[in-house]
Amino acid sequence: MDKAPLLEIRGLEKSFPGVQALQGVDFTVGRGEIHALMGENGAGKSTLIKVLTGVYNRDGGESRFEGRSIRPRSPREAEEAGISTVYQEVNLIPHLSVAENICLGRQTTRLGFVRWHAIRKRAEKALHRLDLTLDTSRQLSSCSVAIQQMVALARALDTSAKLLILDEPTSSLDEREVAELFKVMRKLRGEGMSIVFVTHFLGQVYQVCDRITVLRSGKHVGEYATAQLPRMELIARMIGKDVTEIEKMSRSRDRQPAPLSAQPFLQVTNYGRKGSVCPMDLAVRPGEVVALAGLLGSGRTETAKLIFGADQADSGEIDIEGRPVTIRSPRDALRYRIAFTTEDRKVDGIIPNLSVRENIVLALQASRGPWARMRRPEQNALAGRFIKALDIKTPGPEQPIKNLSGGNQQKVLLGRWLATEPKLFILDEPTRGIDVGAKAEIEKLIDALRKQGMAILFISSELEEVVRASQRVVVLRDGQKIGELTGDEISEQTIMRTIAAPTTDSEAVHPAQL
Amino acid sequence: MKKLDPKYIPLFATAIVMLALYAGGCLAYPNFGSLRVFINLLGDNAFIGVAAMGATFVIISGGIDLSVGSAIAFTSILIAQLLGHHWPPAGAFALTLLIGLAYGTVQGALIHLFALPAFLVTLGGMFFLRGLSFVLSPESLAIKHPFYLQTVRTMAIPITQRPFVTFPLTAQCFVVVTIIAAIIAGYTRFGRNIYAIGSSESSAILMGVPVGQTKIGIYALAGFFSALSGCVATFYMQSGNPASFVGLELDAIASVAIGGTLLTGGVGFVPGTAMGVIILGLIQTLITFQGNLNSWWTRIAAGVLLLLFITLQKVVGSKRH
Repeated sequence: MDKAPLLEIRGLEKSFPGVQALQGVDFTVGRGEIHALMGENGAGKSTLIKVLTGVYNRDGGESRFEGRSIRPRSPREAEEAGISTVYQEVNLIPHLSVAENICLGRQTTRLGFVRWHAIRKRAEKALHRLDLTLDTSRQLSSCSVAIQQMVALARALDTSAKLLILDEPTSSLDEREVAELFKVMRKLRGEGMSIVFVTHFLGQVYQVCDRITVLRSGKHVGEYATAQLPRMELIARMIGKDVTEIEKMSRSRDRQPAPLSAQPFLQVTNYGRKGSVCPMDLAVRPGEVVALAGLLGSGRTETAKLIFGADQADSGEIDIEGRPVTIRSPRDALRYRIAFTTEDRKVDGIIPNLSVRENIVLALQASRGPWARMRRPEQNALAGRFIKALDIKTPGPEQPIKNLSGGNQQKVLLGRWLATEPKLFILDEPTRGIDVGAKAEIEKLIDALRKQGMAILFISSELEEVVRASQRVVVLRDGQKIGELTGDEISEQTIMRTIAAPTTDSEAVHPAQL
Repeated sequence: MKKLDPKYIPLFATAIVMLALYAGGCLAYPNFGSLRVFINLLGDNAFIGVAAMGATFVIISGGIDLSVGSAIAFTSILIAQLLGHHWPPAGAFALTLLIGLAYGTVQGALIHLFALPAFLVTLGGMFFLRGLSFVLSPESLAIKHPFYLQTVRTMAIPITQRPFVTFPLTAQCFVVVTIIAAIIAGYTRFGRNIYAIGSSESSAILMGVPVGQTKIGIYALAGFFSALSGCVATFYMQSGNPASFVGLELDAIASVAIGGTLLTGGVGFVPGTAMGVIILGLIQTLITFQGNLNSWWTRIAAGVLLLLFITLQKVVGSKRH
């Protein structure tokens, strides 16, 4: 039959020490469709993809691709079969050129010698399919993340793939870049390619996907046509709860600003750093969540780093509880009880091989110094307390943190800093790359901390989240504070409008291509 | 005008330092600039150059090979013994090169298959081969074979008749090996995979690069180049010595680093390594010409230069982000 599915997986099994990651999972992808693979973190999406692409060996089950049984043992074998993958974190070689990244491992050769000219031509052609023109001799690391993502996509296309797997390709793109990516995806679908799309952004699923497969805890929950599965239903399927329960969860909360008379915990005046953050004023009061909103690259993280002392300011003053201080390093910031969780928890945050307990204890131990070593019972109690309080899903406190899902790793990080009892908590994208359920929990946690009187500086790319969580929103653009919204003024529209509002300066025009 | 890619700044700096040292020498000493001095410089440092090419690949891949000096000593004494037992030179060279390749393969296999740190595996290789050299002969053995007494000399290519200057076999080996290494690095999939692994091994795996094969290949190649370096060293020394070349791997690593290759992997230049070798040779020649300074000043100068270069690389590297 002509309409036979392109990919058919039946009863896939995979387990890791202590975890059954996939339990008899079925997954079917038709020809020329964009198929969303949805599920909370730890539901088994990544495992499924890694088995499918030969990164992991499966324990059981069958997969048929174009009617033939396949069992790739390496990403290369999967590629040869016609399955290409673009991973969540850009997995390319930073030191090599764009052209070489597209062709690496399958360079055009003559008599065994690489033909650079042909490679550049091929790379240009692959990029052209994505409507992208760029200098292919540029070193990859000099390109923006969005372009790197496109290069990864071009690489996948260069193999004449029939099935393209996109594993969270949008998590570090801004809206315009996402739109660009979707255009490309639709175009490829038009050419008959099938695409598996993994994402945490529900809105995106409804924008581009034809069908949805939902996984939960390593099991197949169901397959649906996108049009027949309302958003709430989808969330319910993903987290295994009733629709009514979820509606309760996402109800908007009170948005009373902290009394303005309260002395700000942190007040920066004219604070800035040449080349990254224009001098700005900013205050955070106890019991208040202040959000930094803006597009990717608008200087949100840079501002946070400046306040934390990770970057040094070259202008302005900073007051903590009304007294002028200087913060020249994170150590200074920690002394004033400021905590900071970074955007990139993989690189800057977790220590993968240490246990959950050790990761939690770390910051508190560091603040006490090496001589006042925390005794084991104290460590256990601390770890136990945060595992319980933050509802960290782990087999136990001694589990290496690398075995936890993204959302739970993030909670461990929050626990680490909460253990130091900070007065100001800077959260940089605390919900990036984690699933809906965990997001809601982290939002709830932020609100609880605020109510206890903590000052919170919150950064998120998701406006919805900003609107829900904050009492005040500072809007940034191009490293500049361009507005501040409070109370009822805060809505996605007002934020967007502020970002889009023209300024008196002639604005830097973004190049048409990303 | 196209701006210089920051990647090439260290290489550029290496070239400038090399030319500056050479020009300085020429200005200070009348005979320094003669063709003969330059060719001697190439010939005398040829074996380091050959070994440094192997080290370049290893370091680009993010690894390290500490067994180079021992491997050269072992090769030299093995050749001396074989020729002493009336082996034909071609047979002796073929066998030693084969052994070099095989021992490099074993090191690479240990590093890859058991995920052992290259530092320790090659440290083991260093002790092992050094010990084996002394087992082959506890003392230095002169090589009296006619190939060494005559052929090596006749293979030198005459360049000028008056004064009579020839391009010795050792220097020829250096040049040829550099060209071959540059081709491997720039124009073969194997070479490009080395860069990929050094830059990001986890990405390389996901991109379908045969990481295991490549890694084993890198150490096999390094073993081969070490053995070849040992052969070249015998041309130069006319003997084999189990106690020689101690710490030579460190000179090779220094040449590689001065040549702009990052010890963290992913970036490196074969011509840079050749220049690094020449720079170290130039320093030595300068101090010889100076005449009054203790020869250990060579080491001091090399040390200072190395520190300068790695600092420069760091500064240039951090500016890019």
